Amino acid sequence: MAPPERQPPPAPLASAEIGGGVLPGWATYAAIGGAALVAAAVLLATGSFTVALLLVFTVPLACAAIYAWSRAVEGPRRAKDRVMTLAIASAFGLAMIPLISLLYEVIKRGLPGISLEFFTEDARGQIGGGGAAHAIVGTLVITGVAVAISVPIGIMTAIYMTEYGAGKKLRRALTFFVDVMTGIPSIVAGLFAYALFELFFGPGIRLGVMGSVALSVLMIPIVIRSAEEVLKIVPNHLREAAYALGTPKWKTIVKIVLPTAFAGLVTGVMIATARIIGETAPLLITTGVIDTINSNPLDGRMQNLAVYAFSEYRSPGVMKQASYDRAWAAALTLIAIVMILNIVARLVYRRYKTEIR
Amino acid sequence: MPEVDTTTNAGQLLAAASGGRRRPGDRIFSNAATIAGVTIVVLLAGVAIFLFAEGLPAVTASAEELPGGESLLDYVAPLAFGTILAGAFAALVAVPLAVAAALFITHIAPPRIALTLGYLVDLLAAIPSIIYGLWGIFVLGPATVPVMQWLEDNLGFIPLFKGPASATGRTMFVAVLVLAVMILPIVSAVAREVFTQAPRKLQEGAQALGATRWEMIRMTVLPFGKSSIVSGAMLGLGRALGETMAVTIILSVSGVVTFNLISQANPSTIAANIALNFPESSGLAINALIATGLVLFAITLVTNMAARAIIARQNIE
Repeated sequence: MAPPERQPPPAPLASAEIGGGVLPGWATYAAIGGAALVAAAVLLATGSFTVALLLVFTVPLACAAIYAWSRAVEGPRRAKDRVMTLAIASAFGLAMIPLISLLYEVIKRGLPGISLEFFTEDARGQIGGGGAAHAIVGTLVITGVAVAISVPIGIMTAIYMTEYGAGKKLRRALTFFVDVMTGIPSIVAGLFAYALFELFFGPGIRLGVMGSVALSVLMIPIVIRSAEEVLKIVPNHLREAAYALGTPKWKTIVKIVLPTAFAGLVTGVMIATARIIGETAPLLITTGVIDTINSNPLDGRMQNLAVYAFSEYRSPGVMKQASYDRAWAAALTLIAIVMILNIVARLVYRRYKTEIR
Repeated sequence: MPEVDTTTNAGQLLAAASGGRRRPGDRIFSNAATIAGVTIVVLLAGVAIFLFAEGLPAVTASAEELPGGESLLDYVAPLAFGTILAGAFAALVAVPLAVAAALFITHIAPPRIALTLGYLVDLLAAIPSIIYGLWGIFVLGPATVPVMQWLEDNLGFIPLFKGPASATGRTMFVAVLVLAVMILPIVSAVAREVFTQAPRKLQEGAQALGATRWEMIRMTVLPFGKSSIVSGAMLGLGRALGETMAVTIILSVSGVVTFNLISQANPSTIAANIALNFPESSGLAINALIATGLVLFAITLVTNMAARAIIARQNIE
């Protein structure tokens, strides 16, 4: 609704004062491409060409190029905007390189070691051969026991914090202690389990269940955190409706609150399990290393995948490459388990989360 | 939290309505929940007490009795130095990248793919540390050798890059990079959380006044997220300090105290030292390792508590 007598400002003024020029849409890509070419040429000329160095030089060059170009055409403020956008985007790209490289390498190096033998045989009496069945069994048992310890304690604590603890000292203390517990280094959890069991069984003790205790110390706070989050968002009117019908509080929690939050609880437990299933350090010092299948957590040493990968790498034996292959195969198996747990957890959550909202 | 209060009141009303007595089911269930809560407190106290009890013999023992024949303080000092060196540099590398990644996801990337990108960053946190270690020693280490050589040739006057550059990649430099990758998702998650909460009104106002996107980010989003970024950085630092396997695998250790990141001789870290020596140790050596674990616990505890204090203070504001 501009007044009709208003004239558009003269064109020269506009381009000079408001910075009328605009770079074409492909300008950024051109700057990156040009910078990469220049960097490659310089590196090839000096004879030190590697992909890593190319990346290291391309990004600043591209930033400088786009800044100079944009400053000349669009003015300093837009130039800065373009440079920062490019810098932030390349920082994100840089952060993604390790993930891509890691997944690629684990698959590439892990596949040669994957065979039927890897999953069905243990390593007893095998020189430069054998499988990881003992490690897989150990991983499942140790993690299973840890989950069996952590889930009841974790979820009951979360129930206390959301349903019973309001305004109590213990609740406030728990919020703090769960924070502290989240920060316990995994190796310290292992030392704790060792110190605990040494007291009862004497020095040098190694048991599968010690590993489970150590893992529980790491898993419990994760379970509490996620369970607390989910229980908090269960709508209060559901609880009140149950009370109005004369339902006891415990029955309200068991029959109304927990089923409503069920998908979230399952997701939380799965993500927590994925977090601990690949732990190495605490198991290295609590469950020890062994060549045979042992499925009894209360009887002697127990192998697991992460420690298996570590010891295959560290003491490769006579056939070095075969050992490394097995270490990578164990890594691949582990990463597959972790990814499946994470993806299923997310699917469960996405499928059922609407119940809560 | 008014909602929670309402629930309690409803429960109390209910108890009053049923004659002031609580039903046995209620009593059992609430006791079970309370016991679970108390278990957490006992567990945490147990961690501190058992580490202390098992570490004490090494503290009181004389220097001659300990492995290596040096006092516990001399034993733990270089390790603590290595721990803090690795953790601090890892945080220094990771924080700018993590903040940038968070900004990219929340403010620059198209909203359609932002969720997926966030999931990719979170994926970095899901990868077990043993795999980071293997990746560091087999892939990143060899790939970094020319970079370290270049650093020595061109930036050798800085003490950090004095060299001589290692030819194997088993250096503090590589360990720092791997630690940085490992803590990046933690810092980034905290930053992302706060960036999405930055007040929309301010952002839209800034853009309406003609600010470019970067000016909007710098003037509204970053100041809003400042203290969260600091606390996220400290949470990441706490994680890096306690990280074991990656450092254990990558570093070739030699107990020196040096700021030189790219040479073959590196200080070890507390966690890596425990992982390397614990399986073959016995007697007082075990106690000494547990005592170093207690030191590590204390260092991470202080770091994490500082981070939480910053978050709590911001929440009050």
